[in-house]
Amino acid sequence: MRPRLGSPLAWIYLAAMFTFILLPVITLVVFSFQDGRLPVPPFKGATLDWYAKVLSDRAMMEALGNSLLVAALSAFVSLLLGFLAASGLARVLLPGSVLMRGLLIAPMTVSYLIIALGLLQMFNQIGLRPSLLATGIGHVVINLPLCFAIIYAAIGAHQRNALRAARDLGAAEWQVLLYVAAPMLAPSLAAAYFLAFTFSWDEFIIAFLLTRFDVTLPVEIWSMLRSGLSPETNAVGSLVFLVSVLIVVTLELSIFRKARK
Amino acid sequence: MTADVRIWSVEHRFGDFTALHTVDLQIAAGEFIVLLGPSGCGKTTLLSIVGGFLSPSEGRVLIGGEDMTLVAPKDRPTTTMFQDYALFPHMSLEANVGFGLRMRGVGRRERREKALEMLDMVGLADKAARRPHELSGGQRQRVALARALAVSPDVLLLDEPLGALDLKLRRQMQLELKEIQRRVGTTFIHVTHDQEEAMAVADRIVVMNHGRIEQCGTPEEVYLSPRTLFAAGFMGEMNRLPVTPEGSGLASPLGPLALAPQTGALCLRPEDIGLEGDFSLGRARLSEAAFFGSHHRCHFTPLAAPELRLIAHLPQGAHPEIGAEVELFARNPIILPEAAA
Repeated sequence: MRPRLGSPLAWIYLAAMFTFILLPVITLVVFSFQDGRLPVPPFKGATLDWYAKVLSDRAMMEALGNSLLVAALSAFVSLLLGFLAASGLARVLLPGSVLMRGLLIAPMTVSYLIIALGLLQMFNQIGLRPSLLATGIGHVVINLPLCFAIIYAAIGAHQRNALRAARDLGAAEWQVLLYVAAPMLAPSLAAAYFLAFTFSWDEFIIAFLLTRFDVTLPVEIWSMLRSGLSPETNAVGSLVFLVSVLIVVTLELSIFRKARK
Repeated sequence: MTADVRIWSVEHRFGDFTALHTVDLQIAAGEFIVLLGPSGCGKTTLLSIVGGFLSPSEGRVLIGGEDMTLVAPKDRPTTTMFQDYALFPHMSLEANVGFGLRMRGVGRRERREKALEMLDMVGLADKAARRPHELSGGQRQRVALARALAVSPDVLLLDEPLGALDLKLRRQMQLELKEIQRRVGTTFIHVTHDQEEAMAVADRIVVMNHGRIEQCGTPEEVYLSPRTLFAAGFMGEMNRLPVTPEGSGLASPLGPLALAPQTGALCLRPEDIGLEGDFSLGRARLSEAAFFGSHHRCHFTPLAAPELRLIAHLPQGAHPEIGAEVELFARNPIILPEAAA
């Protein structure tokens, strides 16, 4: 039996912990409503002016669209490649498949900065200019290992047997993947996709180094910060945070809850 | 539909380990064959080779006269019923059963008709729209059977299909399997380690051990005239006594026996030992007895060899008393060469 209530000390500790974790975000959100020129205390009253300003800022909205596009497409490509790699490696035992798995996951251990530098040099050599495409490729590089790891871990004996049964019943390999593997792995596929999406959505270093004229939202925010603090940056930050929260909550409510059943 | 299966000098190695040693087996069309043996005897390997999930290191597999050795599972006229059923959890029962037909490009209406017919055969027609997780183990098992049979395979492979069911359900499913097999006429190859299950369903039993076929025959043949000590011991209980020729009879730990001289192991089924019979086993003391309904299962300690123990089934009417000394008799002796074990 678990005790229903902890000691007061435990509650204080819990409150302190949440304050520590959430205070920056709360501050950010609160001062995005600041009725004044600076997002610092004291709080002078609430206004939605900054949000209006953000939403009517052409450059900002363009960056937002770019970010959504890069996140949606790069997450999809990462998911597709990760799914195919995981299905393949889960199906057959090849000599060196442990090594192959290791190589696939390896980019996770490398810092984004190093990956970005490497991509920058390579794109320079092959003549691919910094652009949203280059950033998207960069995001596939960082998200593919993640998608692969999530999906590979989800393929258990249960799935393997069902795939075997599908082949036994006459399904070609693409039919096995489309009709049996993908639906059975749907929760993990969705989790992988949304995680890849949020990682791409928030990512700054690669986007900063690999974009030039069309930029993603984090890069746009960064250039805004250079001209000093303003409640407007807080408003953008709050919006970005809101999108991430929405994705996580949707995930939690729909997929993970279902998967637990 | 049905077809015969020929397994031609099939050998299979996993690295250094030889799972199958030159196995030859001929299975007639429409036969219910059971591959019986302890785990690790190669029975599942052999089944996987017939199903196409493994390619044999040597030898060939012919189904309906055609060489299938290198044909992929999806292109073989075989389907498999897996031990864990391997149903598709995201599909209704109807879609599960119709899956094979869908892969063969059969139209929606025809597929539906066939799926319902198969579900009806296994008594689940009213649950066609359900998902597998809503069913009990026995029902899932029936769905797996319906799914495997829906594509009218020539050969159905059953990989310990009843292993996960409780005893009562298993007995009932054995009957159903046998009945369905008779109705559809498909060749069934069934793998199990349960000798009672083998006897319940098989036309012929193939007893396997250490990657070799020990004996192949009807349940009666394998039980009543086992060819090897392994087959004798695996199919039911067996009392074994080492014997050597002595004059015109046999020497045994129990003393001389009035049987034709021979060297080997004398095998006696528990039901062939009793208070009367064709030849005497000498006097023995009853050390333990239990009533099993159809018989008393008794442990006797021979006076001539107190370290041995004979298991005998005495008839219902007998009232064995522990500690009593009686003369034991036996019939239907089988003497097998010891070396074969």
